[in-house]
Amino acid sequence: MQSESLTFIFLNAFIINNFVLAMFLGLCPFLGVSGKLKTAWNMGLAVIFVMIVSSTSAYLINMILVRYNLEFLRLICYIAVIASAVQLVEMTIKKFSPALFRTLGIFLPLITTNCAILGLALFQTNRDYNFLQCVAFALGAGAGFTLALMLMAGLREKLELADVPDVSMGAALSLMLAGLLSLAFMGFAGLGG
Amino acid sequence: MVKDPRVPDPLSWNTFTQGLWKENPVFVMLLGLCPVLAVTNTAMNALAMGLATTFVLVCSGVLVSLLRKVIPKQVRIASYIIIIATFVTITDYAIQAISLDLYKALGAFIQLIVVNCIILGRAEAFASKNKVTNAFVNALGMGVGFTFALLCLGVVREVLGSGTLFGLDLFGPSFQPWSIFVLPPGGFFVLAFWLFLFSVVRKRRALAQVTEEEVHDAV
Repeated sequence: MQSESLTFIFLNAFIINNFVLAMFLGLCPFLGVSGKLKTAWNMGLAVIFVMIVSSTSAYLINMILVRYNLEFLRLICYIAVIASAVQLVEMTIKKFSPALFRTLGIFLPLITTNCAILGLALFQTNRDYNFLQCVAFALGAGAGFTLALMLMAGLREKLELADVPDVSMGAALSLMLAGLLSLAFMGFAGLGG
Repeated sequence: MVKDPRVPDPLSWNTFTQGLWKENPVFVMLLGLCPVLAVTNTAMNALAMGLATTFVLVCSGVLVSLLRKVIPKQVRIASYIIIIATFVTITDYAIQAISLDLYKALGAFIQLIVVNCIILGRAEAFASKNKVTNAFVNALGMGVGFTFALLCLGVVREVLGSGTLFGLDLFGPSFQPWSIFVLPPGGFFVLAFWLFLFSVVRKRRALAQVTEEEVHDAV
């Protein structure tokens, strides 16, 4: 796997195997925060940042764990790293933009339990990526998450004006939309095979 | 069946059935959707994932409930996560030892049980406030409810997507599989259909109740 180019890794995580639409990671914020475009964008930025921090730290920690044959502690260490990274982002956002802090609300601390982030750390370990590849992977995955979130938010903003049957309000309709988006993203599969 | 779910004790049948239907983690609370969609392309995977999650749910529920007086309030979430991660690691290695094929099919999603919000949610909302027996029964109910939901999706997707059920051929060679259902979009569609269905049922039931009350008032 060492031979994969950085561009390919980025594109792969960004659109071909989009984390949300093809791998089903991070669905909770995807359905929860995709009400407004602006919030979706900010959430996306926060996730990208957490992803880069936790991906690089996970890489370093995995090196140490492998060195001392402690692979069974991997999961616990990763979770601890992610929780601290989220805490860092939370403090930064609170300091610089209290308004944004309020809009993101509960979903900010919930990034900790966003499976996209732990998934990213686990995938990069499974695929033996080197340091630069990890960064490219994290960037691609974050960008892909943001893209999916923004597309969904755009659709849902339009949908608010539409007249839909009573029973299909809410989650069912969002999932239907997600399915259509996912269908569209399958078209990219030919890019990388 | 209609009891206030917020009254936790005493131990009752309701503690168990809560997770099955009224507070079904997937169909009602929309929690833990990632594994629900990702591993349900065959009924077998769905069942295995459901059982693994139930195991972690029950074990961590019991341990959290046992330690509820020991864990300081400030660090409780971190402690819960570590307890959960421990059990997930055990499950991970156990599945790897039992069936390598299954392990490969489920991939990273076994390890991702750690971040399944159902488990942390139950630990925080129920196990940390209740007796061990109650926590055990409630976790078991939630686990069964989750497995049920996974099977609902897994069965539909496998039957339509590859014409088989638990690997057994259902329709014979002339069946043209509807392969979109085992691909990612199928997961979204099938879950959306189940939600439609449940929403219709719930609306009907609410409506029936209202008209019944009206009739009652008129009499």
